[in-house]
Amino acid sequence: MMAEAKHKVVSLTGNYAIAEAMRQINPDVVAAYPITPQSAIVEKFSGFVNNGLVDTEMVRVESEHSAMSACVGASMAGIRTMTATCSAGLALMWEIVGVASGLRCPIVMPIANRAISAPINIHCDHSDSMGARDLGWIQIYNETAQEAYENVFLALRLAEHPKVQLPVMVCEDGFITSHCVQNVKIFDDAVMKKFIGTRKPEFALLDLKNPITVGAIELQDYYFETKRQQQEAMENVPAAYLEIGKELSKITGSDYGFFQEYKTNDADAIILTMSSATGTARSVVDKMRAKGKKVGLIKLRLFRPFPYEAVAKALEGKKIVGVLDRSMSFGAHSPLFGEIRNAVYGMKDKPALQSYVFGLGGRDLLESHVEQVFEELLAGKTNDEIKYLGLREVSQ
Amino acid sequence: MTAEKYPTKAQLAKKCSWKEIPMGGVITRAASALDNKTGSWRAFRPVIEEAKCINCSFCVTNCPDNAVPFKDGKRGKIDLEYCKGCGICASVCPVKCIKMEEETKFKK
Ligand code: SF4
Ligand code: SF4
Repeated sequence: MMAEAKHKVVSLTGNYAIAEAMRQINPDVVAAYPITPQSAIVEKFSGFVNNGLVDTEMVRVESEHSAMSACVGASMAGIRTMTATCSAGLALMWEIVGVASGLRCPIVMPIANRAISAPINIHCDHSDSMGARDLGWIQIYNETAQEAYENVFLALRLAEHPKVQLPVMVCEDGFITSHCVQNVKIFDDAVMKKFIGTRKPEFALLDLKNPITVGAIELQDYYFETKRQQQEAMENVPAAYLEIGKELSKITGSDYGFFQEYKTNDADAIILTMSSATGTARSVVDKMRAKGKKVGLIKLRLFRPFPYEAVAKALEGKKIVGVLDRSMSFGAHSPLFGEIRNAVYGMKDKPALQSYVFGLGGRDLLESHVEQVFEELLAGKTNDEIKYLGLREVSQ
Repeated sequence: MTAEKYPTKAQLAKKCSWKEIPMGGVITRAASALDNKTGSWRAFRPVIEEAKCINCSFCVTNCPDNAVPFKDGKRGKIDLEYCKGCGICASVCPVKCIKMEEETKFKK
């Protein structure tokens, strides 16, 4: 473990840890609308506004569509802007989510991942942010409250990086992470303030000496070129992410790779996870290792842009990999599985892959499910179909 | 950031590559809307009955395209290069002296 800067350890939910990060960032504008299980982030933060701990302009809007609209305006004015949402809230702001990335607004938006209706469900899966994966936002998925707290800072710097200038979603699992209390290291206010610095926008509506127009019509003439620039900005993300992560790890002692490998070196079977399911999987790896089974785990953090090359390098020469998705792309491969297939496509020595879907609508992922996955993988059982974990095929 | 760094009207007309244009479709030149001659959109043309006009300037301030000039205290002739024929002027005119007439009538 590397050296850590001054901090205190506080028992916080994921939501409160994120609110703490927002307090330390002290954004110029926060415009948000409550939606379970995200609400506590903004509720806690509005307390900070009320008590004068931040001097943020808090815009209380009538919907998420308006929340994101206000954020885009504020961000284009040249100032630091944040919001938070999930599920139906993200769905309602959809139109402006694409505007934010298209206009290159470095907005940071924590997401407490929640299922998409119908049927109504307030619990965790990734169908909300996965549905938004092609809207041009950077997406970072977090396992714990600590990781989410730290990645809000990384996200802010990444969003404002001169070669990036794109919005970022910082995802935590709804209820599982957002509402469970964990011990979180909160680093010194002054240290974090220094880390984030100030925003230096390339253009700003409030720069009256250099007037600009934003959101003009481009049609067939320039739309395509503008979109190509967005791709370029995304391609600049991995290097910027690692560079900022290195700087942040001097404060936190954490590592900020695109993913984290756990006991994969000599592993005969590997599973790939994102977010809180990783904790369960890690515990199963330890238990099976104790019984002499060579199993390992990769936790992916950066989903957009997708780090194909690095993932390919990690998987090259591995025998068999199970990919655990907490969302579906109905009628197609699940989002994470599809990307992993893409990543291994060009490989000479590619692993066999198996797609698993688990945990929709907050259904628990049990250790027995993960163990079942590892046993199937160790037995070399793969096919082209999706396998479902914890789904009733017959009534119980 | 200086506006000079970014394409002029002439350059833009030449069709810049994606590497040359400002990020996110930002326009760094003031009054660039003048490049867009919205007069070509017009299906109806506003025609003012000068004798009835009371020079209130409602049409001037309400025209979304700034197509009705106002100089030395007087409303001027509608600029047909930019008037898109929306009819707002006719609707706000308090003495109803603006008529919207079919554009085809003026084309020979
Ligand atoms: S028709 Fe519309 S665009 Fe034309 S002068 Fe009247 S208000 Fe302006
Ligand atoms: S609104 Fe009618 S009366 Fe007033 S200046 Fe225009 S044309 Fe004349």
